[in-house]
Amino acid sequence: MAVSDLFEKDFTELERDGILFSTLGKLVAWGRSNSIYPVTFGLACCALEMMQSTNARNDMARMGSEVFRASPRQADVMIVAGRLSKKMAPVMRRVYEQMPEPKWVISMGACASSGGMFNNYAIVQNVDSVVPVDVFVPGCPPRPEALVYAVMQLQKKVRGETFDENGVELPMVEGWTRS
Amino acid sequence: MSVLGIAKGMGVTLSHLFKKPVTVQYPEEKVDVQARFRGRHHLLRHPDTGLEKCIGCSLCAAACPAYAIYVEAAENDPDDPTSAGERYASIYEINMLRCIFCGFCEEACPTGAIVLGHEFELADFRYENFVYGKDDMLVGVKGSKWQRREAERAGRDVELGLAPSHRPELEGVDY
Repeated sequence: MAVSDLFEKDFTELERDGILFSTLGKLVAWGRSNSIYPVTFGLACCALEMMQSTNARNDMARMGSEVFRASPRQADVMIVAGRLSKKMAPVMRRVYEQMPEPKWVISMGACASSGGMFNNYAIVQNVDSVVPVDVFVPGCPPRPEALVYAVMQLQKKVRGETFDENGVELPMVEGWTRS
Repeated sequence: MSVLGIAKGMGVTLSHLFKKPVTVQYPEEKVDVQARFRGRHHLLRHPDTGLEKCIGCSLCAAACPAYAIYVEAAENDPDDPTSAGERYASIYEINMLRCIFCGFCEEACPTGAIVLGHEFELADFRYENFVYGKDDMLVGVKGSKWQRREAERAGRDVELGLAPSHRPELEGVDY
């Protein structure tokens, strides 16, 4: 696009072409991606590795997600760390709904992501059936570095640098694709 | 006395100013894992003949506490064998999200075909992308499904965040 278009074209035309807000959108995404505060939601042993990822050795603060917020109203991402029992599921949904938009969910570990070895009546078999999950992290529990890697993947997703196998860009927030 | 106590305490704090930082700058600096760390699985081949070690006996699937492994065996073609035994695994799938990386499959395997390697960067975005087949685990494949997809998109080699490590069971696997 030539610079002269900016003066010749109509305001609505520019907006339709995505010219007006594309750069601003990138800036916002960059800002969001570099300050993803997690909400404290440790459910089981994965929570210990989640704590480890913020310690001096692994230091998730380098990714801008150091402060575990005790209030969901101040958090951006929910790290579901551990097996989610069916009694806990409504509580988790409530905490998720208290988080402000845009909000993301990382499903950490085998139990949260698929039930793992607890294939029984008490455990939710995939937290994706309760909250929309953005990133899954396999492992039992995953290494702290694996969680740091997942946070980096989430940052890429927020910045719109991730694509599925067909080359289609993944949505910035998985929750926006669900009704 | 109390002044001395404070000075002592501050001395500990001050001495840490001159120590090397303990933080591993993970994406830039490679992570050093222990030799016995259990990460993503590898399906090995015999190094001399190049035949697959897996004979499709499903003992790993029977030993798996999470029922994460699915094996379907087929008869080997005697003229052009795939594995060293009578049968081979025509389908070998592991659900990486179900897997708890306990290493029971490795212990149960009579031929040492499946070995848990050191790769830990397995995070991905969709549940259906976590079922790893033979193509994703045979020797020579480097990185998780997502890492390979990303590398292919960017047109570069897969880069692992893993310091060079060695485990004798991982025959032919090069990190």
